[in-house]
Amino acid sequence: MVITRKVEFSASHVCRNPELSDEENRELFGPAANPHGHGHNYVVEVSLQGEPHAVTGMVLDLKELKEILNREIVAPYDHRFLNYEVPPFDRVIPTVENIARDIWRRLEPHLASANGRLYSVRVYETPDLFVDYYGEAPCIA
Amino acid sequence: MYRVTRRYGFAASHRLHAPQLSEEENRRLYGKCNNPYGHGHNYVVEVSAEGPADERTGRAVDVAALDQLVRREVLSSFDHRNLNSEIPVFEGVVPTSENLAIEICRRLKTNWSTMFPGEWPKLQKIRIAETDRNIFEIRADEIE
Repeated sequence: MVITRKVEFSASHVCRNPELSDEENRELFGPAANPHGHGHNYVVEVSLQGEPHAVTGMVLDLKELKEILNREIVAPYDHRFLNYEVPPFDRVIPTVENIARDIWRRLEPHLASANGRLYSVRVYETPDLFVDYYGEAPCIA
Repeated sequence: MYRVTRRYGFAASHRLHAPQLSEEENRRLYGKCNNPYGHGHNYVVEVSAEGPADERTGRAVDVAALDQLVRREVLSSFDHRNLNSEIPVFEGVVPTSENLAIEICRRLKTNWSTMFPGEWPKLQKIRIAETDRNIFEIRADEIE
């Protein structure tokens, strides 16, 4: 069984590789390379896979999941400039792919229980663009 | 490995009518969708591609390149068109959203390497919503 909880945060970022020229960055990243940065309302869907506990009937207490998401994602990410304020994005380009991986890394240790585990992280950068990340596992159809 | 999904839209008209069946059978089978004058939808197409993140860019898919491919192969020929009379593949094939999904996926798969010549990213699936409630999905490996 897979259960999903959604959280949102707003943040600014700039996508540029410091080893490339301004022109190369503009070519690669388009308007996202603007050095002053720009922002998005990110939407994150975190899915857990597991079986309901025999007594509680829950894979994981959703109240607890909400607290973990607020503490591990919303608190560090919300209303921040990712490149300047949220490591590892001082050295990793904050593309939506890398944001999904960082969210996975932050959540995974808190979500392994007897009943379930982290299954996927979906991050919407806009309603028209999103990434699914399954950790080291291959993407699941 | 990442799956990147991008959402696009186009508006088109169609009529569901199978020439092998009688007028009455068509009306019974397709209901309102058989109206001889046709009708239209705002189709929403989601294109998903998979791959590892490129070391230099931190991205798994060059979204601008994907936009260009989808515009060239799909949107430019389908948007504001009548699918039955203006899209050659639907001469004799009913333009249901199932068949539309197959055609869109086939066009993207056939031309994928013109925009993405490397091993990655790979086209994974397309999903088409005819309305909010009718959604059709096909994996690229289901297409020849």
